[in-house]
Amino acid sequence: MSNYKAPEILEKEASELWDTLKETELTPKSRRDIPQQDMPSQDPDIRRGNMEEVAVGYTAEQVFVESARCLQCKNAPCINGCPVSIDIPRFIKEAGDGKFGPAIDVIKESSMLPAICGRVCPQEKQCMEQCTLGKILKDPEKSVAIGRIERFLADWESENRPETAPELPPSNGKKVAIVGSGPSGLTAAADLRKAGFEVTIFEAFHKPGGVTVYGIPEFRLPKAIVEREVEGLMRMGVTFENNFLVGRTRKLKDLMEKDGYNAVYIASGAGLPKFMHIEGENLVGVFSANEFLTRSNLMKAYDSNAATPIYQAKRVAVFGGGNVAMDAARTAVRMGAEEVHIIYRRTEKEMPARVEEVHHAKEEGVIFNLLTSPVRILGDEDGRVRAIECLKYELGEPDESGRRKPVPIEGSEFTIDVETCIPAIGNTSNPLIKQTTPGLEFTRWGTIEVDENQKTSLDHVFAGGDISQGAATVILAMGDGRKAAAAIIEDLK
Amino acid sequence: MNKILEKKQLSADVFRMKIEAPLIAEERKAGQFLILQVDKELGERIPLTIANADAQEGFIEIIFQAVGATTRQLSRKEAGESVEAVLGPLGQPTVIEKKDGPVVCVGGGIGVAPMHPIVEAHHKIGNRVITIMGARNKDLLIMEDEMKALSDELIICTDDGSYGRKDLVTVPLKELCESDTPPAEVIAIGPPIMMKFCAETTRPYKVHTMVSLNTIMVDGTGMCGGCRVSIGGETKFVCVDGPEFDGHLVDFDNMMMRLKSYKNQEAHRCNLDIEAEKLEAERK
Ligand SMILES: Cc1cc2nc3c(=O)[nH]c(=O)nc-3n(C[C@H](O)[C@H](O)[C@H](O)COP(=O)(O)OP(=O)(O)OC[C@H]3O[C@@H](n4cnc5c(N)ncnc54)[C@H](O)[C@@H]3O)c2cc1C
Ligand SMILES: Cc1cc2nc3c(=O)[nH]c(=O)nc-3n(C[C@H](O)[C@H](O)[C@H](O)COP(=O)(O)OP(=O)(O)OC[C@H]3O[C@@H](n4cnc5c(N)ncnc54)[C@H](O)[C@@H]3O)c2cc1C
Ligand code: SF4
Ligand code: FES
Repeated sequence: MSNYKAPEILEKEASELWDTLKETELTPKSRRDIPQQDMPSQDPDIRRGNMEEVAVGYTAEQVFVESARCLQCKNAPCINGCPVSIDIPRFIKEAGDGKFGPAIDVIKESSMLPAICGRVCPQEKQCMEQCTLGKILKDPEKSVAIGRIERFLADWESENRPETAPELPPSNGKKVAIVGSGPSGLTAAADLRKAGFEVTIFEAFHKPGGVTVYGIPEFRLPKAIVEREVEGLMRMGVTFENNFLVGRTRKLKDLMEKDGYNAVYIASGAGLPKFMHIEGENLVGVFSANEFLTRSNLMKAYDSNAATPIYQAKRVAVFGGGNVAMDAARTAVRMGAEEVHIIYRRTEKEMPARVEEVHHAKEEGVIFNLLTSPVRILGDEDGRVRAIECLKYELGEPDESGRRKPVPIEGSEFTIDVETCIPAIGNTSNPLIKQTTPGLEFTRWGTIEVDENQKTSLDHVFAGGDISQGAATVILAMGDGRKAAAAIIEDLK
Repeated sequence: MNKILEKKQLSADVFRMKIEAPLIAEERKAGQFLILQVDKELGERIPLTIANADAQEGFIEIIFQAVGATTRQLSRKEAGESVEAVLGPLGQPTVIEKKDGPVVCVGGGIGVAPMHPIVEAHHKIGNRVITIMGARNKDLLIMEDEMKALSDELIICTDDGSYGRKDLVTVPLKELCESDTPPAEVIAIGPPIMMKFCAETTRPYKVHTMVSLNTIMVDGTGMCGGCRVSIGGETKFVCVDGPEFDGHLVDFDNMMMRLKSYKNQEAHRCNLDIEAEKLEAERK
């Protein structure tokens, strides 16, 4: 797996290639022959020991070369793949021409958080999956690296454009409360504030950002980026009430009836960890990915000066194959574990994690146990984890969805010695708002029931992001925030 | 930021603080707790029970024992200074209902503090309250006057007999269970080992016994699962499903194991544990 290339080499290759490309008249044929630009990243051996961002970002020359791969398709199928319909060919065209300012403006017409989305969107399942170039090359991973260009532009903007507060209309005297400061809440706040509303975001944690600060690690999404977005909102006059748990500190109804909020947007996320309900799950050394990641990210347990401890283990097993599992595994590597296992029931192809994260995890030495599932966790006499027992699976007949279902192989039990287990098998929604808000309708999965405008069963109450979609993605949460803001503007007219 | 309005030292390592928190003071009910953070960037979030509150004046009170890094850091703060964050009220409130028989409230050590609002609430609705307070010695007893004022009967036990009865709290509890007017309900709050033995004491008499669990927590909102315990074979989160549970269903042994998760790392021994181990040793 060692095709790692140092950033200096990638930079040199790109600038040499660009020197020849810029002199040539490009045809669709020659464009498709341009190699995709790798994302420069920290050396795996070094980054295993630090929390700094792994991907360091394209150079300008890499952006030029990568943009030259875009065929500028008339029908632009990539736009259909984007949950917020960014005009992709237009921003790539501007970027390729070196007009980074206009390019980022195109993105910002549709997306509020490009620096975050450029880093965490599962592009190969969205825009890149639809990209014509990828179709020609028969591999969505070989499509135009849209997200990497997006990220470059967002970073360019934050370095080159002074932070200015946008012109705001005078307050219209109406108040909107937003529950939760994740991507969905932040996006709705921006749109509502721009429309003249007085906006307050209520957040249970001591820092705003939702999963982007407590879940997604620093090495994948530096917290400074989220802080910048939050500061931008503060400059716009959005109020943040941290350490405020809606439902307990104040009931939703009281926010509206006693505190004068005219509408509420609930964007409280999917913050309830699922466990597998296997034997040994309450042993010492078993942590939900949420707990493990919160300790290391939000509570900064990786810093030796932080008061919050994190459990020390040489060998760690993470159950699951999504982004959460990759983040937990790679955090464990950085917290000093020598042997980190991913245990996943299906094959790599079915892993829901972003391809880049799987690739990075492998480079960092994470061991992938595929077609494998834990059956129980074994403890020692002090109730501490000492090993896990797993069962091997094989792919059976395709089911209705066409997916070949993994079936257990009888008698294939084996054990792996570990001191920590981290179930990362998904999250469901926190029941607190449900328990404390009579009249609010929920689905049978515990998500809030909403119509196509994010409206709930209660008047002037809207919901979106993970609390209505179930654990989804940053961009979908953001899209809901936009829709809800538009609906609230309409509702309070 | 929440301002510390008043600070008192109750015993060698137990402190009482009034902290400004108007919304929490207004909403809180008996049995609920809060999460406190002394320092925002590198600080820990620790759960503490709301021992008292005044909605008019907008403050809450906490009573805590300095057992480790964060509680010690907090104990060094003075009136006029602030703590970074207070989140609450958290958890399900205690169920306070009119009872036919006496309600027995057993508070061990620092557990008397969380018991205070519960005793107060039962007293208010006219229940007959018998309070049993236990401590290692006289100097470690807290809130005696307050508890006396709210209880129909107050029984004090010390391990060394330096004050009140020389007994473990389970002894008078057993006597009450065997008396002509057995408790309609028992609530026990204190070190895990004490709660475990209180539950064992009442089990043969089938007296409903609630305990308030003090597991390790991170967020206190149901997000991490670090506070989970096994209740009648089912996993529950103390911060959102509790903190009070039916003591006869709690897997105390697992909970006590989990409380020791960071023992090696925290590098100092918890006073609660020392007390608990002593209690256990004395039983054997
Ligand atoms: C470890 C991890 C990695 C991920 N990786 C990716 C990725 O690579 N790409 C991607 O697209 N998606 C990823 N996701 C999913 C993505 O982060 C979420 O879909 C997205 O953050 C949802 O946004 P949201 O605004 O709906 O909620 P959240 O981000 O969950 O924010 C909700 C906020 O509401 C607060 N809150 C909850 N209840 C209350 C209340 N009652 N009162 C006040 N505040 C409350 C919470 O504390 C939280 O801060 C990942 C998720 C995790 C956990
Ligand atoms: C719902 C709830 C209510 C509580 N109410 C009170 C209260 O009113 N007053 C009070 O003094 N304490 C209370 N506690 C316990 C208090 O939260 C802990 O003492 C505190 O978190 C210890 O933090 P520390 O950083 O000072 O110690 P640490 O350095 O974290 O720990 C020191 C020692 O204490 C142990 N420990 C850690 N957390 C706990 C815990 N939750 N319970 C017992 N031992 C622990 C550690 O294993 C270690 O041995 C409550 C706990 C819960 C869950
Ligand atoms: S589909 Fe691909 S090649 Fe076509 S415009 Fe979009 S990014 Fe460019
Ligand atoms: S403290 Fe995190 S779920 Fe209870």
